[in-house]
Amino acid sequence: MAQHQVNYASSGGLPVALTTVDHLVNWGRSNSLWPLTYGLACCAIEMMAAGGSRYDFDRFGTIFRASPRQSDVMILAGTLSKKHAEFARRLYDQMTEPKWVISMGSCANTGGMFNTYSTVQGVDRIIPVDIYLPGCAPRPETLQYALMMLQKKIRKQSANMNKNTKQNLRLI
Amino acid sequence: MQQPNKLSPFFENLNFERDDNTMVVNFGPQHPSAHGQLRLVLELDGEQVVKAYPDIGYLHRGIEKMAENMTYNEFLPTTDRLDYIASTSNNYAYALSVERLLGIEVPRRAQVIRTMLLELNRIISHLFFIATHALDVGAMSMFLYAFREREFAMDLMEDYCGARLTHSAVRIGGVPLDIPSDWLANMEKFCSNLEHELEHTYNALLQENRIWKMRLENVGVLSPEDALSWGCSGPMLRGSGIAYDIRKEEPYELYPELDFDVPVSDLNDSYGRYRLYMAEMTQSIRIIRQLMPMYGETEPQLMAHAPQYISAPKEEIMTQNYALMQHFVLVTQGMRPPKGEVYVPTESPKGELGFYIKSEGEPYAYRLKCRAPSFFHTGILQELLVGVYIADVVTIIGTTNIVFGEVDR
Amino acid sequence: MRKYVPKDSVQKKAYYTDRFHVVPSTPREKVDSDPVYAEQLEALAAKVEVKSSRIELNCMVVEINHEDNFKALEVLKEECGYAVLTEMSAVDYLAKDGNFEVFYQMLNLKEVKRMRLVMRIEQGLAVESAVPLYKSANFAEREMFDMFGIVANNHPFMKRILMPDDWEGNPLLKTYPLHGDEFASWYEVDKIFGKDAREAIGPENRDEAKVERYDSKRFSRVGYEVPFGADVNAENETETAIEYSKTFLVDYNKGDTKQLKERK
Repeated sequence: MAQHQVNYASSGGLPVALTTVDHLVNWGRSNSLWPLTYGLACCAIEMMAAGGSRYDFDRFGTIFRASPRQSDVMILAGTLSKKHAEFARRLYDQMTEPKWVISMGSCANTGGMFNTYSTVQGVDRIIPVDIYLPGCAPRPETLQYALMMLQKKIRKQSANMNKNTKQNLRLI
Repeated sequence: MQQPNKLSPFFENLNFERDDNTMVVNFGPQHPSAHGQLRLVLELDGEQVVKAYPDIGYLHRGIEKMAENMTYNEFLPTTDRLDYIASTSNNYAYALSVERLLGIEVPRRAQVIRTMLLELNRIISHLFFIATHALDVGAMSMFLYAFREREFAMDLMEDYCGARLTHSAVRIGGVPLDIPSDWLANMEKFCSNLEHELEHTYNALLQENRIWKMRLENVGVLSPEDALSWGCSGPMLRGSGIAYDIRKEEPYELYPELDFDVPVSDLNDSYGRYRLYMAEMTQSIRIIRQLMPMYGETEPQLMAHAPQYISAPKEEIMTQNYALMQHFVLVTQGMRPPKGEVYVPTESPKGELGFYIKSEGEPYAYRLKCRAPSFFHTGILQELLVGVYIADVVTIIGTTNIVFGEVDR
Repeated sequence: MRKYVPKDSVQKKAYYTDRFHVVPSTPREKVDSDPVYAEQLEALAAKVEVKSSRIELNCMVVEINHEDNFKALEVLKEECGYAVLTEMSAVDYLAKDGNFEVFYQMLNLKEVKRMRLVMRIEQGLAVESAVPLYKSANFAEREMFDMFGIVANNHPFMKRILMPDDWEGNPLLKTYPLHGDEFASWYEVDKIFGKDAREAIGPENRDEAKVERYDSKRFSRVGYEVPFGADVNAENETETAIEYSKTFLVDYNKGDTKQLKERK
């Protein structure tokens, strides 16, 4: 992680910070993760609560966007039905690179309790997932933790996304 | 870098510009103010909607099919996920239907707790309605205020059953737990706080707010005849001037003993419905206040005594042989209700929620139909949206207060 | 020997039923016991043929012929005051009796009465739509068509409502399995990636208890962590010590730390 605090005394009174491009870019990326408001079912209510007054997501630099074009991370909150699967993929394709996916809740992870004909058994059949967040429904704190883990993950990556092909761009 | 897939542009078979000068706009299924996964195909003439076609089913999870393959007790947690904003009212509607089918009486303490939880859930749901409706219309700060109070209500639910959203707080035959020691005191604190906030924050912010009134008044006008014909219930019906509250007319639980008013609005529009929701919260507080002293007068029994259908309390299971055997049979095989069919309506925060259960005497329901109020309220959109301006579409969707877990099931 | 599974109903069955178990029935009364219901039934019987009637758990249940459904609903709305059609749907009795049971759940607001109009209909026949009388039947009949395949004649927009338009099968039929058929299990893969991708994506995991041992893409196995997507099979499986996340733990046992000889 880049050193943000500058010790003015030791660096001759000059505000100088040394860092690498990787660190700088990742610092920016990880601290302004804008998720897509992709509420599908019950978990969406907890996602809204996370953005609400008590849990206050904004202090992480996480501001919900309504358009996939403006967002970096897709929080898939809720059951993905087979009828909707196509649209999840469309929205994922519309997001600009770099992009990450958090699968929130048991239904999104594996189909959860809805082991039925009309539920996609895990969104990783459709789009690549970075963070699996268990729970039915996960509490807002859990979503915050998931986002912090995603930030950790981003900070470990290379800023050049082409170098992350193996990790990031997974074909299912 | 895009992944290879074979999805083609969505509207390749629809003409955006047509001969009759109308334009087709696709709204949803992922839209921030679609309250979930509503997809609307709107035909626009300028800014006016000529034709609206609600397309639902994007959250169809096969809950009715699941009910046919689960024992009655197994299915109860699934009902949480129907109207996930007020889970307990779903649990309750289902439990009540099964209880009527079995013909069992619930002990009084369980009734008191259930009624309190139902009203608390009504407050949670109505606060959520105010928050999202205001957010959609543009009053962002309302969202933050309403979510603040809602969190306190969720804390109370969490203290009782441990879950924030999916409560399963009502079981067939009673409630699983007694309320914690300081719960009633906290509830009283919450009630007085909410009462204060309703009057001083919410009403002050919205009730006479000029923009709010302009956006809501005479928008989404639903005549009483249409409301009946479309099968409306709950605030949608009472917002059209028909005073029909199932709690009053077909009383269940402790409601006949309680003193409360049924607010009715004959404005028929969104503003009237908003006022109705606010008034209902006040009434819910009033009901909870009446229930608190009732709790102390009850016996500590929580689950009905019906050994054929309902497990004995834990102490009995651990000490008495027969109770343990019954428990084993009920858990492994499930209860076998009598042959017959039942439909019990309850007043959920959204409207009339009822479960039609057809039993053939097997541990699995032969058919379970969930009568969800939101499903029928979604149907109105195809008529209510015609002729309005596109800016009002969101207001009308908000005012119907639909939840997609319930619409698509 | 494999257990016999009936083909016409795949609904879950009780694995054991007591030999002496007698199924009781819910209490049923004659319609005469309630004067309001009796009057309504009389008005209904004057127009259509009533096959049977009873009061079951505070609700009158009237069975009629399926040809008469529109006429019966008209009588109920105009003469008996049932202004709201609360719910309508069907029950699949194909395996048992070879027909469907269609029910209309009605509400009379003025007298606070509920009734259920019930009729049996063979597969392939259509019911008359109730939309001209009750608009709430619009969505309800579409749902019935979607779930059971029962068509409503003269419905303004008879189309699937909950399932996608290109779906095959009617999910609430007793012959339709809970986990879906072959078509359902590949629906989203076929639609998004095409049939060629089936092999790469693999079949759905419908077993809740299943743990894929050599799956290195979804959830890693504790003690056998490998890089994402690494090829693992029984031969090259290596056990490593359980690795805890290094992000929160400070590792004090690193070899490259400097040890001072003496205190400065």
